[in-house]
Amino acid sequence: MAIIQFKGVGRVFHQGGQAFVALDGINLEVQDREFVAIVGPSGCGKTTCMRMAAGLEHPSSGSVSVDGVTVTSPGPDRAVVFQQFALFPWKTVWDNIEFGLLSLGVAADERRRRIEHYIGLMGLTGYERAFPHQLSGGMQQRVAIARAYVLDPKVLLMDEPFGALDAQTRVVMQEELVRLARQHPRTVLFITHAVEEAVYLADRVVVMSRRPGTIREVIDVRSVREGERWDAIARIEDVMDQASFVHLRTHIWKLLREQRGNAAH
Amino acid sequence: MRLTAWGASAFLLLWSVAALSGITSRQFLPAPWEVMTRFAQLLAEPFAGYTLLAHLVSSMQRFAMGFALAVAVGIPLGLVMAYFRWVDRLVSPLFEAVRFVAPIAWVPFAALWFGTGIGGPVLIIFMGAFPPVLINTYRGAKFVDRKYIEAARMLGAGPLRAMSQVLLPAAMPSIVAGLRISAGLGWQSLVGAELIVASSGVGYMMVKGQAAVSTTTVMSGMIAIGLVGMLIDIALRRLQRYIEQRRGL
Repeated sequence: MAIIQFKGVGRVFHQGGQAFVALDGINLEVQDREFVAIVGPSGCGKTTCMRMAAGLEHPSSGSVSVDGVTVTSPGPDRAVVFQQFALFPWKTVWDNIEFGLLSLGVAADERRRRIEHYIGLMGLTGYERAFPHQLSGGMQQRVAIARAYVLDPKVLLMDEPFGALDAQTRVVMQEELVRLARQHPRTVLFITHAVEEAVYLADRVVVMSRRPGTIREVIDVRSVREGERWDAIARIEDVMDQASFVHLRTHIWKLLREQRGNAAH
Repeated sequence: MRLTAWGASAFLLLWSVAALSGITSRQFLPAPWEVMTRFAQLLAEPFAGYTLLAHLVSSMQRFAMGFALAVAVGIPLGLVMAYFRWVDRLVSPLFEAVRFVAPIAWVPFAALWFGTGIGGPVLIIFMGAFPPVLINTYRGAKFVDRKYIEAARMLGAGPLRAMSQVLLPAAMPSIVAGLRISAGLGWQSLVGAELIVASSGVGYMMVKGQAAVSTTTVMSGMIAIGLVGMLIDIALRRLQRYIEQRRGL
């Protein structure tokens, strides 16, 4: 069953009397508990897609629906993990994670149970009373992920969540997210410009092209992952060494490179 | 610190010399020690009905009321104006016009409405203290990074929670800076108001001192106003530091 549906979605920006098409004819369905990553060069409108699913932006044509309901405004059924974390700096780790649960009116003991669960799962034990500025970037993003997962949302929307992290932290977080995604399967729309990250994490990878932003190809990674038993390999670098992985990665790289046309590189 | 001490000593010295030189009558330019003596005397003996301390308490009560009212109206209104554009459009023109009426210009109006009752000074302090609270709350809330508002909305917060849990704390450093300006202006307007519409307070004591041609009394009042103003500012500066430290700024 399709949980997220983009139907003929287009987005036109007006700037100085000129209209330019940022997104055109996006048709995409994300199935229940499917992890879909969108990759594309910057400016291809991938973040706009995510923001439209979140209700933070609206399509100029077509529609985006989540669980059969057309998205009009943001809500806790579509939790977002932002690139810049967007944790509330004046709230502790615990209070940040609790914020959405309070909106939902979850009872106190249930809140406690759920927060403790995700604090443990994300390795945040002992940091409950810390403020975001006292944590490293990686720890902050763990809080942001916990804050989204704790709501038990219909869909998780992640906008380059590891884009602001250093390379080592990024690898750790990618492994953690795979672990989390296998333990708690959710419908995820994941935006990234990192091809390897997309192939490693996602069930399907959507490759977008730029100006106007359109879907160029959708690659199903699942059959390869299951066939080659990637999940049995503990370390991300070993997965990325697999011939099957390299093959997919190179394929996507070529797709992205072709659209750069005559540009340098 | 050393320069401050030098500056103060030089000022007192010049003042003493001027007073002793006989340029003008000692009644109009008393020496520093004469003012100090009077100050001490005013603390002990009632003048214009009360001791200096009682006058100060009376002034501070009025100040507290006017200031509290300015905070109670200014902060919520500033947040609402920052969150809802239509409220901003509705209120801004009126506010922009009213804020150019100096607090002291409200005195005749306050006198007409409240006579020498508590309402007059409170209104005048309010008029002095309100604009900085409103402006700083509004600006602080308006410049809150959009990502926090988006995060709050995606976490299911309605306008009330978005304003109280996100705009208010995010704007807090700006608000506290506004409170400092606002307390200063409020305290200044208070004494102005008491010169005209009150029957107690430091300003009132000074008017009575003027009527009795007692320059030492008037100057003692000025010193008291200055000292209390400084204390209020120091307290608010502490609050400001505390908030900044908690926020890791």
